[in-house]
Amino acid sequence: MSKALIDAITDMREQDALQITDELLASGADPLGVLEACREAMAAIGHRYEEGVYFLPELLLAGEMLSQISDKVKPRLQAQAGAQKKLGRVVIGTVQGDIHNIGKNIVIFMLDVNGFEVRDLGVDVAPQKFVEAIRDFQPQVVGLSGFLTLAFGVMKETVEAIKTAGLRDEVKIVIGGGQVSEEISQYVGADAYGKDAMSGVSLAKKWVGAK
Amino acid sequence: MEKQLSPDEKREAMFQRLLSPKDPAGNDLKFQSPEAEANYKASINRIKNAIQLKESDRVPVTVFPSMFPVNYAGMTVQEAMYDYDKCVGAFRKFVLDFKPDIHWGAAAPGPGKLYEILDYKLYAWPGHGVAPAHSYQCLEGEYMSADEYGLLTTDPSLFFRNFYLPRVFGVLDGFKMLPPLTGILEMYGVAYNFIPYALPPVQNTYKALFEAGAEALKWAGAIGGLDGELATLGFPNILGGFTKAPFDTLGDTLRGTKGIMLDMYRQPDKLLQAMEAITPIMINMGVASAQQTGNPLIFIPLHKGADGFLSDEQFKKFYWPTLRKVIVGLIDAGCVPFPAAEGGYNSRLNVIRDIPKGKTIWMFDQTDLVKAKEIVGDTLCIFGNMPSAILELGTPQQVRDYAKKLIDAVGKGGGFIMGNGAFFDQAKPENIKAMIDFTKEYGVYR
Repeated sequence: MSKALIDAITDMREQDALQITDELLASGADPLGVLEACREAMAAIGHRYEEGVYFLPELLLAGEMLSQISDKVKPRLQAQAGAQKKLGRVVIGTVQGDIHNIGKNIVIFMLDVNGFEVRDLGVDVAPQKFVEAIRDFQPQVVGLSGFLTLAFGVMKETVEAIKTAGLRDEVKIVIGGGQVSEEISQYVGADAYGKDAMSGVSLAKKWVGAK
Repeated sequence: MEKQLSPDEKREAMFQRLLSPKDPAGNDLKFQSPEAEANYKASINRIKNAIQLKESDRVPVTVFPSMFPVNYAGMTVQEAMYDYDKCVGAFRKFVLDFKPDIHWGAAAPGPGKLYEILDYKLYAWPGHGVAPAHSYQCLEGEYMSADEYGLLTTDPSLFFRNFYLPRVFGVLDGFKMLPPLTGILEMYGVAYNFIPYALPPVQNTYKALFEAGAEALKWAGAIGGLDGELATLGFPNILGGFTKAPFDTLGDTLRGTKGIMLDMYRQPDKLLQAMEAITPIMINMGVASAQQTGNPLIFIPLHKGADGFLSDEQFKKFYWPTLRKVIVGLIDAGCVPFPAAEGGYNSRLNVIRDIPKGKTIWMFDQTDLVKAKEIVGDTLCIFGNMPSAILELGTPQQVRDYAKKLIDAVGKGGGFIMGNGAFFDQAKPENIKAMIDFTKEYGVYR
């Protein structure tokens, strides 16, 4: 695994990271090794975010680098079974009436690189769509995103719909967004609220029993 | 030639004019009762003292909501956006029922028909991508691409007219065809500048603009009428206009959040130059509207500099310098900057300290106000921060408990205005009542 690549991504040196990737792939390095380096870098970036060294811009740039690197790697991947084992499945969406999505997309990206399989329902998602997705995708975790104050009531309705469908005990529900808090979490009937991007990942890992 | 007034003299003059209000005909405003006149003047003086970090008879209290008055009046946002009399009725009822010291007008819903006429693509609003009962929402995107910093920096107006506005308003397509105004120089060749006005796309754009103008005037008449009426009843609106931090101007609706954050890494110098270039424009935006309305408060919603959005270094390098220039520029013109620090500013308090003392009001949301009082209480007037969660889901007693904590810790010595922390659409009416009534009773300076 290339330390130079891991460091370049972790240190937010985009041009270096892309150049090193090109050099590695041109020299015949294992494409899966490149992706593994990306995951190492993401773990380090996640730690720096939790420590208050990195903030939103770094998560966004990390996403950009990873997306460009995986575009370079994908064509070279043989159909290798042995895609890494997924830690668990998460369904996530912004609740009905709300169309904010940047925070949600960052959480999805962080879950994805941390080994989760994520189904993104998008924005303005009706309660029934969450229910259908849970039945179909069978996630362990459901994430409800909402930024506006109108989201509080809608999150409550969404949790109710999941309960009515007899699915409440099958999933752990986490809420997130600009104005959520412990009070809101209890009001809507969720299991927890995520204060920021990394808390969503920590909660998901805890709930699936991963380290 | 008028003697050049100092910033303090200009500000004092604006407040004196507010304290001797005129009606649209230019005569002294006739209040509906001596009590209304007394309340009107007392409210303005309380705010004036709070800005100057002084005590009055009591802590001033106000509520600056988003769509709450519309919901409280039992109507949908769509109704308020399409029926201006209904909108005005909702905000009138809100002010007269709850009696805050000052109010903020009824401009928030805006004229839905105008957005239809202009084919506004930047937002979804009730009936156009959002349910009738919900508020409008911004459709964030990259409406300015990463390689357009050059033109924005050298000729912002041309960039806005010919490139940016046609992207966010469908009917302004004709603007793309217009040549720069700076080509109109002398007799030779001057006629070429006017050819585009014969072309159908340009003519269609101007036809739509005339229609939009009529609608805007109709709306403004209704909204302005309410301000005049509420003044005679003793409730002033001293909001003069708004402007933005240059970083937010670029980051909110031009480059978008992701765009500008990547620009900090990929083209930091171009970003800094562009923000410097638009700083005088953002200052003038506030100053001009204060002159037009006669009201000194200039609202500055602060978005992308909140805790978590930028590191301390990024805030100091990219966000703060041009925001500070806008704040100082407004103060120099006699205005009162009124930034609303949405989200948390706990990690920013030591940076924002560096502004002229006793000249600004800052609305705080998730910032710890006790900490704010310690760090910036000697510099700026604190406004806030009743949480949306308590207003919507709490009880009147919880409201009173929270208000008491604030008044005790933050009201000390003046420089505090009780208010909401964030812009909300829903709340229990009894909670709003509790916040206002309790402050009037308990917030007395002994």
